[in-house]
Amino acid sequence: MNKIGLIIAREYLTRVRKKSFIIMSIVGPLLFGLLMVVPLWLASREGDEKIVEVLDESGYFRGKFEGAGAVSFIYLDNSLDEAKEGLQSKNTYGLLYIPPLDLDNPQGITFFAESNPSIEIQSSLERFIKNEVEAIKLNESGIDKEQLEKIKTRIDISVINLTEKGEKEGDVIMATIVGYTAAFMLYFFIFLYGVQTLRGVIEEKTSRIVEVIISSVKPFQLMMGKIIGVGAVGLTQFLIWVILTFTISQVMIMIYGIELSPPGQMGMMQDTQMSDSDEIAEIMAKINTINLPLLLGTFLFYFIGGYLFYGSLFAGVGSAVDNDADAQQFQLPITMPLILSIIILSAIIRDPHGNLAFWASIIPFTSPVVMMMRVPFDPPVWHILLSMVCLVVGFIFTTWLAGRVYRVGILMHGAKVNYKILAKWFMMKN
Amino acid sequence: MNLLTATNIQKSYGDFKALNNINLEVPEGTIFGLLGPNGAGKTTFIRIITQIIIADQGTISIGGQSLNMSHIKDIGYLPEERGLYKKMKVGEHLLYLARLKGLSKSQAMEQIKLWFQKFDMSGWWNKVVEDLSKGMQQKVQFIATVLHNPKLIILDEPFSGFDPINVNIIKDEILNFAREGKTVILSTHRMESVEELCEHIALINKSEKILEGRKKNIKSNYKTNTFLIEHKSEIRDMEHGFEIGSSRQLEDGFFTTSVRITNGKGPNELLKTLIDMVEVHSFVEQIPTMNEIFISTVKGANHE
Repeated sequence: MNKIGLIIAREYLTRVRKKSFIIMSIVGPLLFGLLMVVPLWLASREGDEKIVEVLDESGYFRGKFEGAGAVSFIYLDNSLDEAKEGLQSKNTYGLLYIPPLDLDNPQGITFFAESNPSIEIQSSLERFIKNEVEAIKLNESGIDKEQLEKIKTRIDISVINLTEKGEKEGDVIMATIVGYTAAFMLYFFIFLYGVQTLRGVIEEKTSRIVEVIISSVKPFQLMMGKIIGVGAVGLTQFLIWVILTFTISQVMIMIYGIELSPPGQMGMMQDTQMSDSDEIAEIMAKINTINLPLLLGTFLFYFIGGYLFYGSLFAGVGSAVDNDADAQQFQLPITMPLILSIIILSAIIRDPHGNLAFWASIIPFTSPVVMMMRVPFDPPVWHILLSMVCLVVGFIFTTWLAGRVYRVGILMHGAKVNYKILAKWFMMKN
Repeated sequence: MNLLTATNIQKSYGDFKALNNINLEVPEGTIFGLLGPNGAGKTTFIRIITQIIIADQGTISIGGQSLNMSHIKDIGYLPEERGLYKKMKVGEHLLYLARLKGLSKSQAMEQIKLWFQKFDMSGWWNKVVEDLSKGMQQKVQFIATVLHNPKLIILDEPFSGFDPINVNIIKDEILNFAREGKTVILSTHRMESVEELCEHIALINKSEKILEGRKKNIKSNYKTNTFLIEHKSEIRDMEHGFEIGSSRQLEDGFFTTSVRITNGKGPNELLKTLIDMVEVHSFVEQIPTMNEIFISTVKGANHE
């Protein structure tokens, strides 16, 4: 056991001290932090000032457009042709032309500009004109706009999960986001560190150190030491990322004073939105509906279990080949189920407790990723337990399988390997 | 006393028989040459001793005990296919390998310092392996093999990749080990090193042992009673019982001729006969080199 400890320590320390690890540990969270903060910052930033000219021949909108944010409006009185000519010489964003309108079928509203307007401006102009036309129509039919606002009702269906412990509020959207993020991260880490294990084995093989090592320790000890050591590196990186991402995003939010929800883009959209503070409160409430300790606990379990399951397969492949290029063809059967589990996630989201979800979260090939998707949806406890037991049995099996190939494979140099030969190695006596 | 005894060792890979019924005795405190052509089964045999693989049949005992995991620290093995972790520092690398053999950290440090001094390598601790030349890496590998002070040192082609100066350093160390009472198994194709270093040899060919024993005895067994004579003027006819082998003319009327005694007479009688015929300048017995023995036995075995 002591020898496995030495191997784990070496695998861990040589990787953790690498510049690439240190850089990734710092750059990763910075990137994540930026990914979270930059869109918010961009959204909250005031754009360049834009002047939109309005030529209103219908007469409905004169003076109605209100400048909001970076957009301001100028009303023109000349003809369309003059206005179009004038557009080229002036430094305005564009020309909104409204012909005389038939209110029941408004046609011919055109935006002239040297380049395409942003979707944001186009849609807000459309929305504004629509609202205005509707208001006029309402007026004509005798309904007051204020009355209508009173009639409009906002509905949120709240989901209550009936569990043994009583009623609990749930939220599908939040569960989906959390589940998907967790599932994807798990996939990412299993893949990343599985491939690192494979590389490590190939390195030992090609540098020919392996025969010296296995004259001191059993091949299985060397393989397990490597798998566990690399896995520990993955866990370390993950923890660093979580802590740093959290810290960095907090710091950035403090410095830039950005609020956690995007502010309304233009003044005219505000009417249907809740105020920001309400929204934050609601998000916080939704996050609280997720069982965080369960989520973290299962994530750690499936991270370790899934990594051991796949890591040993990767190690087995590494032992059989001499270089990365050869590794590709044997990697495929391993990575297929892993990729498949990501592909079926969308089906799982639609029906998180259906047959597909059940089986995919029990079979160890897909269970780590798929179960992480399901956990936020509160699957029955026995599903989780069964899945965990299967995963443990699964990785004991794969390490045994990989170990048998490994002990022969690492001593074979330049052998042309195919599946038949792998099977032969597997059957070989010690 | 024998340090290592192999009895009836068999090993097959699938249909291929890598070792067939090998019996060997390696006396303690000697340098033992394990010889044989490529693919004969030497490496398989060594891997069985180092417990990398397990024999299908037969037993190995070391110091009277049958082979077990505790022997790992008693054996130092320098494989033919050898290397180091490229990205590691020399010191840490040696420390790691020594600790895998079961040394404590402080024991290992002490030994590393000792060998660094011996090989004039002070200041190598922090060098990264991939920055070392091939010869330098070989030195590190050699040290790693013997760092834990093993009773049995197995060296598979230890001289390949070394320049002549380093070959001599390693040779001296090998002789030192034997003097200290350690046992060295040397597997090599370089017959001149076998000639120089080994007291005992075993020859494996096509999975079978075809020769084993003291080098001296083997050589005398392979003696053909042939003598090489340098002389003036030509030898014409020899009496019965002496057979002229090759003869070659040298400068200034000198000749060199090999003569084999076939009737059990002694060298003095041959010399007497010769003195009557020609002027003898030198007279030596032709002792077969290990190279000749190797080639003739392997060829002989293959012709059977």
